[in-house]
Amino acid sequence: MAEIFALVEHRQGTIRDITFELLTCGRKLAADRNAQLTAVLLGNDAGSMVDQMKGKAHTVLVVDHEVYKDFNAETYQITLSELIGQRSPILTLIGHTACGYDLCPALATQLAVPYTTDCLEISFDGEHVSVIRQMYDGKLNAQVRLRDHPSYIISLRSGCYVPEEGSLSTQIETIDAPLSTQPEHRKFLEFIEAAAGEVDITKADVVISVGRGIKEQANLEMVKDFANAVGGVVACSRPIVDAGWLPKERQVGSSGKTVKPKLYVALGISGAFQHIVGIKGADTIIAVNKDANAPIFNEADYGIVEDLFKVVPALKNKIVELKQAKG
Amino acid sequence: MDIIVCIKRVPQTAEADVKVDNTGKDIIKDRLTFDMNESDTYALEEAILLKEKFGGTLTAVSCGPVEAEDTLRIALAKGADHAIRIKEEDFSDIDGFATAQMLSSVIKGIKHDVVLCGCLATDDYYSQVGVTIAELLGISHATLVTKIDIADAKAHAYRELEGGLLEHLEIDLPALFTIQTGINEPRYASLIAIRRAAKKEITVVGKETIVPDSIQANCMLEKLYIPPVGKRAEILSGGMDEISAKFGDVVKEKGLL
Repeated sequence: MAEIFALVEHRQGTIRDITFELLTCGRKLAADRNAQLTAVLLGNDAGSMVDQMKGKAHTVLVVDHEVYKDFNAETYQITLSELIGQRSPILTLIGHTACGYDLCPALATQLAVPYTTDCLEISFDGEHVSVIRQMYDGKLNAQVRLRDHPSYIISLRSGCYVPEEGSLSTQIETIDAPLSTQPEHRKFLEFIEAAAGEVDITKADVVISVGRGIKEQANLEMVKDFANAVGGVVACSRPIVDAGWLPKERQVGSSGKTVKPKLYVALGISGAFQHIVGIKGADTIIAVNKDANAPIFNEADYGIVEDLFKVVPALKNKIVELKQAKG
Repeated sequence: MDIIVCIKRVPQTAEADVKVDNTGKDIIKDRLTFDMNESDTYALEEAILLKEKFGGTLTAVSCGPVEAEDTLRIALAKGADHAIRIKEEDFSDIDGFATAQMLSSVIKGIKHDVVLCGCLATDDYYSQVGVTIAELLGISHATLVTKIDIADAKAHAYRELEGGLLEHLEIDLPALFTIQTGINEPRYASLIAIRRAAKKEITVVGKETIVPDSIQANCMLEKLYIPPVGKRAEILSGGMDEISAKFGDVVKEKGLL
């Protein structure tokens, strides 16, 4: 029977959410193709991780060795290329994460298997594979067909499939590790935790966040005034940190912080998915952007389609006025 | 140390209104500005910093139409020694894999200790090219790099993972790194340097001369469309007074006053 692989992603001993999204996507595709879903777990002391796979795949293929304690694209590539070579899955699903960035194109190129990255949706049409992905800063969706082939490798964007519990009867299959040490030419050494900043934006009730639309560093003063008036903290999207205008600990998004405030105000942030994943837990989102088609308006509860330089002082004055009225 | 940097000229769409053209497979470009891909500007800067530190030759390579030479000239003005353009007029059948095949064929012929690419092109969003080049060249790689230290033919590379965690790797050279934005502060080219770069020669190679067999792409774009609207925001309309009043209501409702 045809087999679909889904790669289990874990870090510092914990399975990452993307894994359950991959398994949910994989179960749907396995049902469509009458195939078996196999969760491929390269880990060390993997017992408790294996337990978490139960019901979610037909098989958990476990390679348990200390060499897999921490992700190394090279050890993964060596191991997965062997497994894929032996079992010829019709599809291998990998997360489009820092792990998938490093692994997916190299693995597929080595195996001469068609691949694509950062997919939102994957579907089989008979034996053909189509995906939906995004282009042009996430402003357009693209329907893409892959070159016909017996096997594919595809990386899936985080947050596109809602993880579901599974009720499959799961078999555990353990195999020997094909390697016992990290390759000489590429070694994982350590993780380095992000430095704690002076302000913890993840704890704030109100987050006032700025993006490219702020144009100049000097304009941040206006945003700080506004944040002070509402009793919020100032945060930002990636370009502001890249420009050195705010420190890294203020960055909201996939490579920054995940925030869960009661109120999130996005000023001049277009809403690329890397930012959106950081604000999914916000209670109410208000977005201010000149571009009515900015993706941020698909996430926000309220939108203000206006120049932020006009809006921010007006909103600030309103809050000051309300606070004074309240005494 | 001989360094190669791959750069791409892309439409600047982050803050632009992007529309699909009547073929359904491309965007309307006449009102967009074009410039070097964002993460490529950081890769170029990192390449120049390495050259300044270790010496050697820096070659910038780009795949694209004649306009890509504008982008290559920026690289020359900032500090690249040589520039190569692989002629590619039409990107409609080209994906990351095809681009990587062309670039790697050219890079194979040039001495290199370090190859740098941006981590993501903002037009096609593939983030495939760098890693695929490394695999085709048979060298090691690391993606999403926010710091590189090099000594004794070894690199210590720091990759940015989710949540701001860093992964510290030791990698033997030659190696390819895809550079994340924010790793450095890209310099501006001086006017004199830009004028000088305008006179420099750019080597142009036809793809048929570098890749003998026809290049096979993995991905075929079938159509582009505006993403379906999910939970669309309630747009606050009226004058600024009305909008701020509504904002005040929301803040009050949330118990934040």
